[in-house]
Order: sequence, then structure tokens, then C-alpha cells
Amino acid sequence: MHIHRLEKIWLAIGIAMLFIFLGVIGVGAFAMGMQPPTGHHTIDPEKVSETYPFNNPGLEQVGENEYNAYMVAYAFGFTPAKMEVPLGAKVHFQVTSPDVVHGFQITGTTVNLMAVPGEVNHYTYTFDKPGEYLVLCNEYCGAGHEFMSTTIIVK
Amino acid sequence: MTATTIQASAADHKRPFDGKDAKLVLAHLLVAFTALLLGGIAGLLQGLVRGGMIELPSELGYYQILTAHGVLMALIFTTYFIIGFLYAGVSKTMGDRLIGVVSRLGWAGFVLMTIGTILGTIMILANEATVLYTFYAPLKANPFFYIALVFVVVGSWISGYGIFAQYRYWRRTHKGSVSPLFGFMAVATMLVWQIATIGVALTVLFQFIPWSFGWVETINVMISRTLFWYFGHPLVYFWLMPAYMCWYICIPKIIGGKIFSDSMARLSFVLFILFSIPVGFHHQLMEPGIAPLWKYIQVVLTFMVVIPSLMTAFALFATFEQTGRAKGARGLFGWLKSLPWGDVRFFAPFMGMLVFIPAGAGGIINASNQMNAMVHNTLWVTGHFHLTVATTVALTFFGVAYWLIPHVLGKQLTPKMNRLGIIQTVIWLIGMFFMSGSMHTVGLFGAPRRTAYTTYGDHPDTVLWMPYYVAMAIGGTILFIGVILMFWNMIALMRAPKGDANTAAEFPIGETAEHAEPTPRWLERWGVWVGILVVLILFAYTVPFGDMLINPSPGAKPWVTW
Amino acid sequence: MSRDRGEKDKQHSLKGTFLSVLLLGGFIALSWSGVYILFINR
Repeated sequence: MHIHRLEKIWLAIGIAMLFIFLGVIGVGAFAMGMQPPTGHHTIDPEKVSETYPFNNPGLEQVGENEYNAYMVAYAFGFTPAKMEVPLGAKVHFQVTSPDVVHGFQITGTTVNLMAVPGEVNHYTYTFDKPGEYLVLCNEYCGAGHEFMSTTIIVK
Repeated sequence: MTATTIQASAADHKRPFDGKDAKLVLAHLLVAFTALLLGGIAGLLQGLVRGGMIELPSELGYYQILTAHGVLMALIFTTYFIIGFLYAGVSKTMGDRLIGVVSRLGWAGFVLMTIGTILGTIMILANEATVLYTFYAPLKANPFFYIALVFVVVGSWISGYGIFAQYRYWRRTHKGSVSPLFGFMAVATMLVWQIATIGVALTVLFQFIPWSFGWVETINVMISRTLFWYFGHPLVYFWLMPAYMCWYICIPKIIGGKIFSDSMARLSFVLFILFSIPVGFHHQLMEPGIAPLWKYIQVVLTFMVVIPSLMTAFALFATFEQTGRAKGARGLFGWLKSLPWGDVRFFAPFMGMLVFIPAGAGGIINASNQMNAMVHNTLWVTGHFHLTVATTVALTFFGVAYWLIPHVLGKQLTPKMNRLGIIQTVIWLIGMFFMSGSMHTVGLFGAPRRTAYTTYGDHPDTVLWMPYYVAMAIGGTILFIGVILMFWNMIALMRAPKGDANTAAEFPIGETAEHAEPTPRWLERWGVWVGILVVLILFAYTVPFGDMLINPSPGAKPWVTW
Repeated sequence: MSRDRGEKDKQHSLKGTFLSVLLLGGFIALSWSGVYILFINR
């Protein structure tokens, strides 16, 4: 099958560009710890409030300025609300839902994960900048979806 | 044998369209544009609500009309137009009329889909299915909403069988010939559809229906999402491939040129068959329960499906340039001037092509693994698909309608209708520029999609977002004017004056360039391509989906939270 | 003979096409890099 010389060159350039992108994100994810949210950590959605660690939501210190944050997204809010985090803290979020699928997005950061009933999602973020961050649900969850928010205060 | 076949089909294009088939095609187009109108009303209301300009009456919910907007635009308008267009083209190019069984299959599919559409619309308007068009579990709609979906999907399967049957008939009666490009591409499109819909069929039949009737207590959310998105990504290629068919087949004829490469065009569609399906995870990158390795593998496969679009870009520019140079155009870009800008049959699809540049670029960003965190569930995504389906595909379909409707009726595309078509296209582009442009920007600032008017308790971030919401409302209102005008134009096209063999609107079918090499027959070995596709699907999904089946997360009970 | 080849070249010149797709590729590269930089900085 005849392919024009310039088309061959174009496709080579285009495919090379795609592989450069794949390389950058691949290295970032697998070598530099910049993975998307993940976790195969199951939980019974009907027993969230009785099951560790969500029976005690909030921050748990695990190192020098390093914390686990156990949070529950529910219709229509987040627990704990208005959480306070020290500046520079590395926070390992663990988030689940006792009802429907919710989003958990902290605007201005890369925290943007899905809270799925039956699963616990995990994502790590370091809060380098102080401020009052908006946490909102970005996955439609019902009539109160547009009111579902809280803040995280970093200082 | 092949040469005389090509000669015969060139003369056939002056022949009037078969009267019986015309009814089938028009039925589909009428439903499609009615859905566009109703969906457009919903969209207008959404934009005005989010922009803080109106409040909905208490009988209507924001998320209810959002569900209507998504279903009517992204499922009904698209599917009906596509099936109407494909049936018209296979009637035209593969036998000059549909054979009996194909016509019956086409009508059977239409009836089933329409029953489903009406039932689904009733459920949505009754606020029994305010679950959005992705109907994610464990939000639970009225079981008859899911039954409605079954009717629509099964109806579309039957319509697909009709396309296959006409193709088989043509190949039996033209042994040894390469199939017409339209027929080849129509088969490829319907093959993708048949294989893709298996995912949504499995989750609706075996999960949602039993669960919503209360026959089973819980539903495994990750399995249902994975089956849905196995379908949800190739769905967009089901929309895109017919648009590409207009670009590859009809546009060269409209601009007075030739098809750049019949073989490469077919190869691009083979690549769509292979790579549009095993990639659903790029819609699930922010979800738990899927190992990072498999998310990344499906990201790699997703990037492979970019390649046929890169090929298409080259082929289209090459068609324009070769046509221009053959007409005497000089210089690097002289051929641009020789294009028929004043012909809506070219102008509208061309604008669709141009918009696909930012649309596709956005898509590559969306699929980029961890980078998806920047855009997931933000208005950026809404901006993205308003470029891809609501501009590229929609403007191409509108551009087709301007000749398809008069052609099947033996009527003319008058200069007045052509002018109205250009105006309608420009209105669409202006509205979309403001709306989608704002959506992309405010999405990067974190503004969420699928969310009614709110200031999140007067949080300062939302103050920054408001002006963009206003721009979206203005853009959406302009687009609504474009919807009204398109619906009006459709009616006017149906009432156009009759034409004769020289003045009736033609069905533009391009011919390949004289010096082109014959198309290799291996491109048509459907069994091979489907076989490779099955291997790719098994590769991409067996381990992660198997894990969901073997180590399932606890199921979720139904919720009606609206 | 040379006129034939000249005509064939004129029919086949795809330099404008090549430049157009390179611009397209450039747009993809720029927009992708822009969002990537935004991602790294957040």
C-alpha cells in the first residue's frame, strides 16, 4: 500500500510525540510517585461509620508532618468538615462513601478522586501553600449535590 | 469487472433516491432533529440557571433537565441521525435501493428504538430517572428507564444487522470487487457499535434491571462502571466515524476533487475498530479498584486511537491541497482560497474539522493518566465534548442534512437555504466559542460539571468562576438560536421545490484519484480485525475486570437521592 | 517528459498539507505541555 513520503514523516512525528507524552506520564507515575488515585481496599458501604478507620474520621499523624486523613463523602457533605492541616504536611487521603458515588476535589490542587461505595480510594498530597481550600463534590449525587462542600484549612 | 462497476455507480448518482428508502431515512432524521430541539431547550435552561439568570419552576429540577439534555443530545440525536445517514448511503452506493429484508430490519430497528425513546423520555419527565445519561449506580431509576434503554440498544442492533445484510447482498452480487467506500465504512462503524454495546447491555440486563426491580439487593458499583465505560468510549467513535465518512467520501466530491487515498481511509477505520474499544479506563482514571498498571496500559491503547485521526488530518489537508493545485492554485496555502467557502455542504463540515483540532488536543490531555486530575469532572470535560460531538460531529451532520434531506425527496438545495445554512453554522460557532471556551477555562480553575447554581457558601473561588458562567449562558443562548434555526431549516429543506436530474440535490460520492493504486483486499478481512480486537479487549480487561469479579467489593443498596 | 514530471509533482505537492499537520501537531504539543506544567505546579 503506497503511503506518501510526507505522510510517513508526519505519522512518524505524530507517533513520536505521543510516545514522548506516554514516557513523561509513565515515568512520572511509576518512578516519581505521581500516580492517579488508587487502592483495592474494600469496605461494606452499610457499615462505614463502624469500620476502621472511618469509625474515627479525621487526621492521624503517622510521621513528622505526615498524616493519614480518613474522610467520608456522603449525601450531601464531608466528614470531617473544615479539617485543619499544618502547612507543608504530606497527607494520605483515604476516602469512601456510605451511599452513592461522590467526587472529592480540592480546587487548586491535584486532589480529585472518586469516592465509591464499597471501595476506599487513596491519594497523597503535600500542602505547600497556606489557605482555605474548597473541597467539593464533582460527581452528581442527588438533589443536594450543588451544596456538597467543605473546606480544608492549611496554616 | 471493477472498472465497469465504478463507471456504473458514477452514472447512478444522478438517479433519484428510492422513494421507499426515503421514508426510512427521513423518519430517522425527523426524530433526530426533534431530539435536538427538545435537548436544546433543556440546555438553554441549564445555562441560564448556572449563570444565575433564572430559577427553575418547582416542577422542574436542574438534574432532571440535565438528564434529558444528555439523553436526547448524546444518545437520541446522534444515533438516529447516524442510522438515517448510513441507511441512505448504503441504499445509494450498494444497489441503489435497500433489499426487502434490509428495509424491514431498518423499520424494525426504528420502531424499537422509538418505543424506548418515548418510554425513557416519559420516565425522565416524570422525575423517575434523574440519574443523568450515565445513570451511575447506586443511583436507582425507575426500572422502566433501564427497560427503555434496552429497547433503544436492541433496536440499534437490528438497524446494524440491516447494514450488514445490504453489504453482504452487494458483495454476493459483485464478487471480486472491492466494496464501495461508504459501505465499507458503514460496516466498520456498525461493527464497533455491536461490540461496544455488549458492555452496557450486560450491566443493564444483568445488574440494573434485577437490582432496580428489587430481585437482588445490592449492585457491584465498580463492575457496573467498568462495563458502562467499556461502552462509553467507543460510543464517541460511533459518533465520529460517520462524520469522518462525510469528510472522506462526500467532501472531495463537493469541492470538485478526488479522494486522496481510498486505502488509507479504510486503514484508518480498521484502526478505529481495533483501538476504540479496549480503552474504557481512561474515563475511570480517578477511581479506586483498578490497578495503576492497567490504567496506564489502557492509556497507551487510548493514545493508539489518536493515530487514525492524525492520518485523517493529513488526508483531508491533502485532498484540499491537491484539488486546489489541480485548479491552478499556487504557493504553500493558495489552495485554501479555492475551497467553496460559500457552499454550506463544505463550510459546515469544514468548521467541524477545524474545531476537531482543539477538541482532539483536549482529548489527549484528558487521557493522560495522572494529568486527568486537572480536568476530571470539571467543566473542562463539558467544554471538550461540546467541541467534539456538539461541534465537530453536529456541524458535520448539519452539513450533510442540507443535501441529504432534499436529495432523498428529489428536491433542490436552493441558494436561500444554502445561505441560511451558512448563517446557522456561523451562529453555532460564535455560541460555541463563548460557551466551550469559558467551560475549558473555568474547568481548569476547578469549577465542577453537572452541578446546579451554587456559590458553595460564598467561597471566594466561586466568585472567580461566575463571569465564566455568565459567558456560558450567553454562548448557550446563542447556540439555542442556532438549534431553532437548524430545526426551521430542516422543515424548509423538506418543503423545498422539486428538482430534476440536473437541479435536484445530489448525494456527493467522491471518486479516487486516477493514479491511485488499487485497494488491498486484506483491508476487508473483517474476521481478522474483529479477532485482533477481541485479543486486545481480553488483554486490556481480563486481569483488572477479573479481579473485580474474583475479589468483588461489597455491593451497594439502591439510592434515590433526588 | 520533464513537463510530465513537473505536472505530476504539481499535482502531488503536499507541502502545504505537511505544514498544516505540523501546525496541528504543534498545537497538540503546546496545549498538552501547558496543562502538564499546570499539573506539576499544583
